[in-house]
Amino acid sequence: MSLLFYIFSGVMLVFGLLVVVNRNPVSSALSLVVSFMGLAALFITLNAYFIGVIQILVYTGAVMVLFLFIIMLLDIKSEQCRKLNYVAMGGGVMIVLAFVAQLTMILAGYAPGKQRLVELPGDAAVHQDVKRVGEALFTHFNFHLQLLGVLLLIATIGVVVLSRRQGEGN
Amino acid sequence: MNCSLASIEFSAVLIHVIKIVVLVFVVILPMVAYSVWAERKVSAIIQDRVGPNRVGIPFTKISLAGLGQPIADGVKFLLKEDLTPGHVNKLYFWLAPALTMVPAILTCAVLPFGSELFGEKMVVADLNVGPLFIFAIASLSVYGIVLAGWSSNSKYPFLGGIRSSSQMISYEISLGLSLVPVLLIFGELNLSTIVEEQSKNGWLLLPLWGEGAVWNGGWDRFFLFFPACIAFIVFTTSIFAETNRLPFDLPECETELVAGYHTEYSSMKFALFFLGEYAAMIIGSGLIVTLFLGGWSLPFGWDAGLMKMAGNPEQVPWWLGLMHIATFLGKVIAFIIFFIWVRWTLPRFRYDQLMKLGWIVFFELALLNIFITAGILILTRP
Repeated sequence: MSLLFYIFSGVMLVFGLLVVVNRNPVSSALSLVVSFMGLAALFITLNAYFIGVIQILVYTGAVMVLFLFIIMLLDIKSEQCRKLNYVAMGGGVMIVLAFVAQLTMILAGYAPGKQRLVELPGDAAVHQDVKRVGEALFTHFNFHLQLLGVLLLIATIGVVVLSRRQGEGN
Repeated sequence: MNCSLASIEFSAVLIHVIKIVVLVFVVILPMVAYSVWAERKVSAIIQDRVGPNRVGIPFTKISLAGLGQPIADGVKFLLKEDLTPGHVNKLYFWLAPALTMVPAILTCAVLPFGSELFGEKMVVADLNVGPLFIFAIASLSVYGIVLAGWSSNSKYPFLGGIRSSSQMISYEISLGLSLVPVLLIFGELNLSTIVEEQSKNGWLLLPLWGEGAVWNGGWDRFFLFFPACIAFIVFTTSIFAETNRLPFDLPECETELVAGYHTEYSSMKFALFFLGEYAAMIIGSGLIVTLFLGGWSLPFGWDAGLMKMAGNPEQVPWWLGLMHIATFLGKVIAFIIFFIWVRWTLPRFRYDQLMKLGWIVFFELALLNIFITAGILILTRP
């Protein structure tokens, strides 16, 4: 278990770094895909099959495909030749280091973090995770779910309206 | 949890490895090779030609109706010169064929291809998120095509890649939505359980025995038959679009795009695209059979009768297990022949027609179907 954790989190970190380091946007996007796959694998090692699979389905299968689709239409050469801005890079590294230092200090002093989590009951209960997610969503959080649905609907209609108006202008 | 590396039993791992190796190398890959042969043979029959009929056992005159042709083709693909054009992006040019083949093979992990053999369930991974897993992995196969089109760095492959990715994204929506009614009816996401349920109470498209039959009080299944048919039609058509088969093979339509995204490929790399397409077709047929036509189960409740005949109600006898595997493969082969038949019968759609069909007809139909199914379920299963 812990071995798999280290392998997949290693994959995630390395490819997450490659997203930033790569100068080719297509390589960056694909590194992000691999990083997402590592995250999904981490969920699955925790027996959260549903969330792991949804992670692949939504992020790598839908979002990143659209991303790649748009990146492919860009001019890759100009992106690759862009010069590094060393001041901005140094500033970024400084901010990240400061954030990590702050995080470790706070986490080291956080008492509830040292407690062990409660073990989940039995295998059978864990493997019904789809049912559990569904029950939680449609009973306890039903109102929130409906609210989110309306929000997404508004966004969809907004996109359709905006793209139509642009089409008529041409 | 019980999955630390030390606690995994060696025998369980061995059984899984045997299952995977047998399924992939003995069942899927030969089926891929021979569905190419079947494609050529069926197309020849439809067009009143002879088709491949010469290659049989080497150095003899035995031709076996050309059954040696796929092996000869495979050898030819391996021995041909592998040409990598100078203007391509090398890394992604090499990666793309593998990325189309791997998802197609991976998805077969959750398909139950038989009931039990010697007490061992005939499925590689008995996941509780079966159909979602298949969608998740199948959605990755877009990457192979997109990358092939982009890395080839020339116009026809690029157009093919763009077309293919927009087509696959569009039809994934109706594919997923058309499946929701089926999952509502079964109330289950585990493919093995879905097949067992169909074995007992009637296939989704043939509810004629068990609790699914009208004369046994299965009125809900009687009314659900209509939405199930809509789901079946939308799902099957979307599978055609997802696997880039005619009448929806616009990504590679020869008359406009030479060969679409694999124009620049040669030798085994080209063969991998070809094999990936056929493997996706086989897995698609397997999924349709599993969800709508009872998977490995025999029709008319014969499973229960044969189990009673064998005596022990707990253990499936080995001959029945083999019969179930044969039933599954038989249904899948019938569906592959259906796929081939459609390809050589229908003309190709135009691209705007394809998009209109996906977004205006199937999307709405699948969405409406969910409401119809849910309404019937509320009325008949209070």
